[in-house]
Amino acid sequence: MNLQRNWPVLALVLLLAAGLSAPLVTGASAVAFFLEVLLGGLMSGVLYALVALGFVLIFKASGVFNFAQGAMVLFAALALARMSEVMPLPVAFGIAVLIMIVFAWLVERLVLRHLVNQEGVVLLMATLGITYFLDGFGQTVWGADIYEIKLGLPKTPTIVLDNIFQGGILINVEDFVAACIAALLVICLAVFFQKTPTGRALRAVADDHQAAQSIGIPLNRIWVIVWSVAGFVALVAGMVWGAKLGVQFSISLIALKALPVVILGGLTSVPGAIIGGLIIGVGEKMAEVFLSPVMVKAFDLAGGGIENWFAYVLALAFLLVRPEGLFGEKHIDRV
Amino acid sequence: MIYRENGQFKTSYAADQQLLPIAQDRWFLISLVVLAFAAVPLFASDYAFRALIIPFLILTIAAIGLNILVGYCGQISLGTAAFMAVGAYAAYNLVVRVPEVNFIVALAVAGLVSAAVGVIFGVPSLRIKGLYLSVATLAAQFFMDWMFARVKWFTNYSPSGSVSPAPVEIFGWQIQTPVDKYFFLLAILVVMTLAAKNLVRSHIGRAWMATRDMDVAAEVIGISGLHAKLTAFAVSSFYAGVAGALWGFVHLGSWEPLAFNINLSFNLLFMIIIGGMGSILGSFFGAAFILILPLLLNQLPGGLGIPISTALISHLESMIFGALIVFFLIAEPHGLARLWAIGKEKLRLWPFPH
Repeated sequence: MNLQRNWPVLALVLLLAAGLSAPLVTGASAVAFFLEVLLGGLMSGVLYALVALGFVLIFKASGVFNFAQGAMVLFAALALARMSEVMPLPVAFGIAVLIMIVFAWLVERLVLRHLVNQEGVVLLMATLGITYFLDGFGQTVWGADIYEIKLGLPKTPTIVLDNIFQGGILINVEDFVAACIAALLVICLAVFFQKTPTGRALRAVADDHQAAQSIGIPLNRIWVIVWSVAGFVALVAGMVWGAKLGVQFSISLIALKALPVVILGGLTSVPGAIIGGLIIGVGEKMAEVFLSPVMVKAFDLAGGGIENWFAYVLALAFLLVRPEGLFGEKHIDRV
Repeated sequence: MIYRENGQFKTSYAADQQLLPIAQDRWFLISLVVLAFAAVPLFASDYAFRALIIPFLILTIAAIGLNILVGYCGQISLGTAAFMAVGAYAAYNLVVRVPEVNFIVALAVAGLVSAAVGVIFGVPSLRIKGLYLSVATLAAQFFMDWMFARVKWFTNYSPSGSVSPAPVEIFGWQIQTPVDKYFFLLAILVVMTLAAKNLVRSHIGRAWMATRDMDVAAEVIGISGLHAKLTAFAVSSFYAGVAGALWGFVHLGSWEPLAFNINLSFNLLFMIIIGGMGSILGSFFGAAFILILPLLLNQLPGGLGIPISTALISHLESMIFGALIVFFLIAEPHGLARLWAIGKEKLRLWPFPH
């Protein structure tokens, strides 16, 4: 391991270890509290990771910095929530998948096809346009209230590990299921990418557009597929998120957090998206719970809320010392 | 027939390099400015001033600033509203703490403070570019949103977090009625437009454009990328800062931190995409377009007699904005300004096509 290149990784690991061991000094109940915060952070990290996953898939295959991933999550969740009101959930889920595939096809047909070979910044702005369109369209068609997705899971928190810590640790079964769904999705994606011919074609396109095209892989179809997969991931993310917090417009905004996640994890790395999501989720919660009160006291603030920008500033710091992220490819357009 | 340059010979370098070499353009612009100063206050209603004209004048300044950064220097920014906020709060703190200071001075300070902050957030652009930079500017946006909401010093310890400065007064001129505001803003806009137009055609502007088109090639021919990018960030943030101070003091009067949120940043970006990137004129078109469209959409259902809820209108509005962005990026990447230029070319040949 090259220390000079990898010191940010080491620093991060050390920071996490220090955070984990710090409460040991202060006592066991503090450990339980710390673990609760950690778990809460991991849960929101799973959600960030799911959004970031769709983001990475699209960036790898088409080089598009997809700002619209959050809007896709909102749209898919709205579709699922509204349709599940009139039909059983699995049927609604199936139809929602179809809707996302149609959406992917339309994006390829109406937007990407016309912007081939444009600069990345132009594509980014195009996805910003898609974001606005999709936000407006979704709320026009499906309504703009807060909707529920009922997965039929118990909402009551459970206490575990109460024989180790006094009072135990509170966790939600729902959160746990969400994490399992996310893990299952990642495994499915890994199998899809490694074992199927389509997955191999996707990886070839991600490696080198021209080479892939020259051996007869149809780029346009690949783009439709990868946007469909990203749409599917968005649907799962929307379902998990909507079941936890209700489907509402703020999903689209919270999903902006996927940007720092992918910067941290590396724009082209699927494991990076997962681990980046978890780090951001945990880091944010930790900062809010442990750092916020200190800052409020030190600078006489009118309240905490540093989780609104913590992820971005962390990503910014990463950009300065290690622009390719934790797991990204080393090649990057340096100036 | 009317618009042609036959017989307008240039006999000196000064004449060759002037801002508008065609006499008709000069007269058109001069009459437009005169008309704006003399005729508009006679005809526009108070509502038109408040809802359209005053926001237009201020946001045009901000859009020119953003256009310098994105359109001329090629550095994307999703945090313009943050720099506007810096300007607004800098001016507010100066005015509150040193009440005898002239508002013009406060505006300049707002611009300069904002420029300094812009340079700080522009530093990552030296290492990273394009897509990555958008995250750095987003960091600026969210951090500033939080800072002005939470750090009490900036809002002068106001309990609600909103600030309301005293009405603007310059050399005894109380700027309170919409017409007064209009004159004041129009004068500032004219000065700043002239400055921007001259800046982008100077050596600084050429350095920006060279960096935008190909940074490596620009470095090879001796243009310092560091200098070009940081000046672009500084000038752009200066414009945003002045616009922010005007937005707070003149348009809003009193404001909350959320007045400068990310939606404003996106709207400004949309203005320059639709208006035309790399064009000062485009900033005017874009600002006008983005401001007029919602007003029209609000009038439309009443005019047609179809009852549509305001929520639905705002959704339709965002749909139309989104579709237009994609449309302009595909069909006319140089925006409305390019359409204007094409129209002028056509007019030169009209009515005989050769």
